[in-house]
Amino acid sequence: MAQAVADSPIPEQSGTNYINAQKGILSWLLTVDHKRIGLMYLASTIIAFALGGFFALMLRLELLTPKRTIMDAATYNQAFTLHGAVMVFLFIIPAVPGAIGNFVLPIMLGAKDVAFPKLNLLSLYLYWTGALFTLSSLVTGGLDTGWTFYVPYSATTGGAVVKVTLGVFILGFSSILTGLNFIVTVHKLRAPGVSWFRLPLLVWALYATSVVQILATPVLGITLVLLMMERVLHIGIFDPALGGDPVLFQHFFWFYSHPAVYIMILPGMGIISEIISVHAKRRIFGYKAIAFSSMAIALIGFLVWGHHMFVAGQSHMAATIFSFLTFLVAIPSGVKVFNWLLTLWRGSIKYTTPMLFALSFMFLFTIGGLTGLFCGMLSVDMHIHDTYFVVAHFHYVMMGGTVIAFVGGLHHWWPKMTGKMYGEKLGALSCALVFIGFNATFFTQFILGSRGMPRRYYNYLDQFQPLHQFSTVGSWVIGLGFIVMAYNLLASLTSGARAPANPWGGKSLEWQTASPPITENFEVTPKVTHGPYDFSPEHQ
Amino acid sequence: MIAPDTAAPVASQEPIHQGSFWLPKAVSTLAPGVDNAWNIVMWVCVFFFVLVIGTMLYFMWKYKRRSENDVTSNIDHSARLEIAWTLLPLIIVMALFFVGLTGFMNSAVAPSDSFEIQVTGERWLWTFIYPNGTISPTKLIVPKGKPVRMVMSSKDVIHSFFVPEFRIKRDVIPGQYTSIWFEATEAGKYTLECTEYCGQGHSDMLATVEVVEPEAFKQWLESGGEDKNMPPAKRGEGLFAKWQCGTCHSLDGSRKVGPSLKGLFNRDETMNDGKVVKADENYLRESILVSNAKVVKGYEPVMPLFKDTLKDDQVDALIAYIKEQK
Repeated sequence: MAQAVADSPIPEQSGTNYINAQKGILSWLLTVDHKRIGLMYLASTIIAFALGGFFALMLRLELLTPKRTIMDAATYNQAFTLHGAVMVFLFIIPAVPGAIGNFVLPIMLGAKDVAFPKLNLLSLYLYWTGALFTLSSLVTGGLDTGWTFYVPYSATTGGAVVKVTLGVFILGFSSILTGLNFIVTVHKLRAPGVSWFRLPLLVWALYATSVVQILATPVLGITLVLLMMERVLHIGIFDPALGGDPVLFQHFFWFYSHPAVYIMILPGMGIISEIISVHAKRRIFGYKAIAFSSMAIALIGFLVWGHHMFVAGQSHMAATIFSFLTFLVAIPSGVKVFNWLLTLWRGSIKYTTPMLFALSFMFLFTIGGLTGLFCGMLSVDMHIHDTYFVVAHFHYVMMGGTVIAFVGGLHHWWPKMTGKMYGEKLGALSCALVFIGFNATFFTQFILGSRGMPRRYYNYLDQFQPLHQFSTVGSWVIGLGFIVMAYNLLASLTSGARAPANPWGGKSLEWQTASPPITENFEVTPKVTHGPYDFSPEHQ
Repeated sequence: MIAPDTAAPVASQEPIHQGSFWLPKAVSTLAPGVDNAWNIVMWVCVFFFVLVIGTMLYFMWKYKRRSENDVTSNIDHSARLEIAWTLLPLIIVMALFFVGLTGFMNSAVAPSDSFEIQVTGERWLWTFIYPNGTISPTKLIVPKGKPVRMVMSSKDVIHSFFVPEFRIKRDVIPGQYTSIWFEATEAGKYTLECTEYCGQGHSDMLATVEVVEPEAFKQWLESGGEDKNMPPAKRGEGLFAKWQCGTCHSLDGSRKVGPSLKGLFNRDETMNDGKVVKADENYLRESILVSNAKVVKGYEPVMPLFKDTLKDDQVDALIAYIKEQK
């Protein structure tokens, strides 16, 4: 036992835990327990993911033929807008910090809860409120601006722009408060002996994420308020018809939304550090390099927003500077991949479901990261900008990266969260289906894009049909993979074997308490004498 | 020409000409530079992909767990490795940056002897205006082997000018001018695509780029590009196709962005202010020239204004054509 104190053995199932400690719906809605709040985030974000995924499958189905297949152009435009908005604002941004971060971060620190438990509950309520506003557009006329709300289109189109931007504005506060909570928790609530360099790397990643959430999200909030005022009061900031500047909106929007890409990927990277080390039973390679690269990504990530606008109205000088800075941000991501690779070296790799997802992540994120180099090159971007190449690139990073890391983390901590073991065979099957389906769907789109297929096209040239059909069939395989996964996890709740406290042999603190943990996590506040990745024999 | 029952007469169905496996044929003087950059970055990526994934697969095989008592390495850092895999990629990406910058700068500065064409984007129509006043909707005719500079602006939302074979793209923005240039190297027909989302007709906002020999270009430019000696309805059919009216107005009665033209002439139409108007010649003329003067109930006022682009005899021809849509 590396990290927890040697003289307090892990309490096996004590009878009461955080799930059965209190009963009734109100005990959930009014809880301040970070684990219960985490579970509610988990359920909510997974519902959002299912909804966003449904839109994705409908979009792919529509693209089966060059003209109309199942819906008209207006519906298609609303479907891709909602797919993007739901996946970004209701799933990817809140999922890892809100669900997994909330659940494991305080336990990893040896704390009883986050620093501000009530604020934590408020974050969840703000998330629900924002989600209601965003989704209400479904029944009240739809939104067809794309998730990026570019003006002047968004200032003039009919549709629920104000409602959705208000929803996203509220979601922003949820995100800011979670970030604030995590930063204070990491600073103030570390158990005795948990020094900064004994923090699990997921904590470093969530810390870096929180910094970005706090600093960048207000800019999005202000931008959306200005957009609402533009629509309602016609004040003329962005709309050229009123004397405004549409390119200014893009600067504001990406000043948040590029750092937001790191809000999405950094926590996923943190999960991968945990999974690879634990399931290879090996001390993480390059702990400090991984920790500092998270901070480097968070900081440089603020300075690259202009690479979304190389061919927009931005000056060539600005484009040059942004291209340069964009290449710099590739370096810390590369450092992480190389260190994960060396963590496998002389490890003892067990092909559990979480590890299979982590290895899938390595494969997909490497492709996602490398294809970013194409997009960063100014002349190449001129050709592939706003084509399916970019669609494929960001799906490899966001879905192949973050989503795969999220489901890997879900399988890694599922026994801890629920006290149940799922079936490893079905777990491996679901991973294989998602991996194969994903590459079929999205690698095809690199080819479509480089050959000149623009994104957000309802009709397309006949020559692109075979590739589109291949991509659509791939999306069905992904869908099947997620159905198998959902079945496997849900079935474990009723018929899964009871999870031991430490099913994977992990060394960080969450594995040194019962599965599921008791309400305040530990019987006795742990005293920590070793790092979280110390697998050396004397600590077995 | 359009068959009367065509639902969506899209201006251009020119295929994109395939070049290599990845890229379309290169048909501008800028394209080889872009393709060169593409090839460099692609091989860099292939190298790193094989390195990372190859190593990963090897480790996955070599260090598979044999027993639960496996002892794993305790080596947890190497300053040399960290420096190496920070510095080497840094040098490589800086090289990529400069390669990309060179091609980009070439596209930014047009040669001083460029032929200038005004480009207007609006939902969902490209219009090209030549220095002698010739107006060409949905068809950009350019001479081969001469640099051509596009001075572009939008009348409504943001659009983007993209010709895959030329490897150029630039947003077309309301309230300001953007520009881009190219020199086509091979005669033929290519497709111009709008690549900034602009609403329902976004994917139909195509145009044909026709590269012709310089002499043919000169002849075309002088003729103004239209044959006036044909029956008005026939000429109207051509104008209907040329201006891409069919993107929003069907001829078979089906509902699109705008009202269908089937059986429209002399019908009573209800406007969005509740008034009922007979669709006679005067109504049609006003609706073509100043479309937002009267808007049919249930539709948005999104049609372009044609008062500055269509001449009287062209409007006459269009009305004659609409009368035929029974």
